[in-house]
Amino acid sequence: MDPRLANEGLTPLDPSYVTVLRIETLLIALPFVAGALAGEIGGLLFTGAFLVPVVLVFSLLVLMVPLKRFNARGYDISDDRLRVVRGLMFRKDTVVPFSRVQHIDVEQGPLERAFGIGRLVLHTAGTHNASVVLPGLRHETAVVMREAIRGHVKRETL
Amino acid sequence: MSTAEEEIAEGWQRVHPYAVVVTGIGNLKQAIFPMVIALFGSQGVGGLGTGLLLLILLLILLFNVGGSWLSWRKLRYLVSESDVRLEQGIISRQARSVPYDRIQDVSIEQGLLPRLFGLVEVRFETGVGGKDELELAYVTMEEGERLREVVRDQKEAPALPVSSPDARPVEEPAAPERGTLLFAMPPARLVNFGLFEFSLVIVAILGATLQQVEFLLPFDLWDLEGWEQRLSGPGQWLAGLGWASQAIGLFVALATLALLGIVTGVVRTVLRDWDFRLEKTPKGFRRRRGLLTKTDVVMPAHRVQAVTVGTGIVRRVWGWHSLSFISLAQDSRSANHDVAPFAQMAELEPIVAEAGFHLPAADTDWHRPSPKYRIDAAMFSAIPITIAGIACLFFEQTEWIAPVLFAIALFEAVRQHFLWHYERHAVDATQILTRRGWLAPRTTVASPMKLHSVEIAQGPIARRRGYCHLVFGLAGGTLAFNGLKLEEAEAMRCGVLESIAAVDFANLPR
Repeated sequence: MDPRLANEGLTPLDPSYVTVLRIETLLIALPFVAGALAGEIGGLLFTGAFLVPVVLVFSLLVLMVPLKRFNARGYDISDDRLRVVRGLMFRKDTVVPFSRVQHIDVEQGPLERAFGIGRLVLHTAGTHNASVVLPGLRHETAVVMREAIRGHVKRETL
Repeated sequence: MSTAEEEIAEGWQRVHPYAVVVTGIGNLKQAIFPMVIALFGSQGVGGLGTGLLLLILLLILLFNVGGSWLSWRKLRYLVSESDVRLEQGIISRQARSVPYDRIQDVSIEQGLLPRLFGLVEVRFETGVGGKDELELAYVTMEEGERLREVVRDQKEAPALPVSSPDARPVEEPAAPERGTLLFAMPPARLVNFGLFEFSLVIVAILGATLQQVEFLLPFDLWDLEGWEQRLSGPGQWLAGLGWASQAIGLFVALATLALLGIVTGVVRTVLRDWDFRLEKTPKGFRRRRGLLTKTDVVMPAHRVQAVTVGTGIVRRVWGWHSLSFISLAQDSRSANHDVAPFAQMAELEPIVAEAGFHLPAADTDWHRPSPKYRIDAAMFSAIPITIAGIACLFFEQTEWIAPVLFAIALFEAVRQHFLWHYERHAVDATQILTRRGWLAPRTTVASPMKLHSVEIAQGPIARRRGYCHLVFGLAGGTLAFNGLKLEEAEAMRCGVLESIAAVDFANLPR
């Protein structure tokens, strides 16, 4: 057995999640690019000394990394538990039994709304993994999953 | 349950009027320091008359009492059908409602001052901890007990079939608070316990106080040259005494410090754990302790998520252990409840059994993490320190640090070696067990049924070296097995998930 956490048999996320991740990375990159532009205009060094490396690094980050992150993520929903796998460098593979879910959220940021995707958040009573987030689902899928899980959530007594 | 209905008919309630006095005096304690400063400060100015000074003091006093009276007026609470509500605040109002089924536990605390007035502070623990908990300061002892009873009875009611909302559980037989004594600490045991609770906190407090009141001292405390000059008289004589006398002096100084530490430990322990009693009542575990500040905590048995048996480097020689319960409710700012802080193993076993757990047997099938994990951990802590040590060797001023750093690096490597020997984990039919620590090992026993999630985590190094970490979602605590083989972790996760799925959250055994 490969001593690495694999993604076999997992359901992939919605492809538009890659676009969302790319736009998010782009938003982070913008201030740096603006800084590089300012450096260019100031003419501190030869032409392109700031802009070229910054744009190169960020185009790599914007184009490649979100795809890799997307491929590293996945989930598996069975009739009594949800498994969420995530992480490129630091892999995490979490399983939450539905019978231990305290409450469920479906969240949607403005960017996510534009692409019709949402985040499913499961809250548990545990100190570790108090909330397990599964991003990048089609909003309808997330709502369907919420309804399915809600059927299992029993009144809390513990 | 007639009392609860009467209260609901009455509606909102205020806390006891004496609370004004108690909180007022409590606030005054904080105000004393500025007052002293004002007194001394005005001496320096000299221009202020005694009358004006008295006026200022009177104003502070009035402000205090007025403030606590106003907050008393503006605070009200309601014990309703489904929740406990509290409204407070003078300018910005704050309303809080806590449903009964979220209340983990009702604890009653009695400080020295409220005790003189027969008052207690009631706290409704929900697991959020600290300031966000609902607190009532102060009500009478009887009211506190009554609130506790109301909450408990309300909490038990919904466990019955919800067919008719009026269905109330059959009243328990009278005198439910008389439980069986599980553990108590007589004064001799308490002093013995205190001897191991060595603490130099008093030195720190003295230092901090000195720094605070420094301006009152006739000399500068931190003026080293001044000290040298002062010592040059008798100090010269001290230096002349020679090596042996200086050694004796050092010994006396250390012995004084040790004595101070031991006395502090004993005093603190006696104050905190005086008349320590743990009882098993029909409502759960009830713990009472304290000399000046008395506390009375009840933990429902089914809320105990895990139990931990710990010890200390020195006390383990005599076989002394401590037992604490992990639950969502907090116990004086700590997530664990001390239930038997100083006991022999044989005394702990029945308490653990009462909580529904059992301590590891001799034939427990213990497992160790992968040695690779320990090697990596040793490298990670030792190599950077060693490099720093080598760097220090290049500069004359820092040369002396290098051996210290090398020693620390060596110690870290040795520690990891011993941790590999001592730390272990096991999963048996009903429990998850771990043992942590080297010199003062700590054993935690948890029930897989009471876990909330299971995670397998792998960092970049762990992936290359083929191990992973298994982290459990435990309410109120942490439980993780580090450095497992992936197959082993997956097998364990499977087993735990099976036992979670077998028991529904709502039907956990009581």
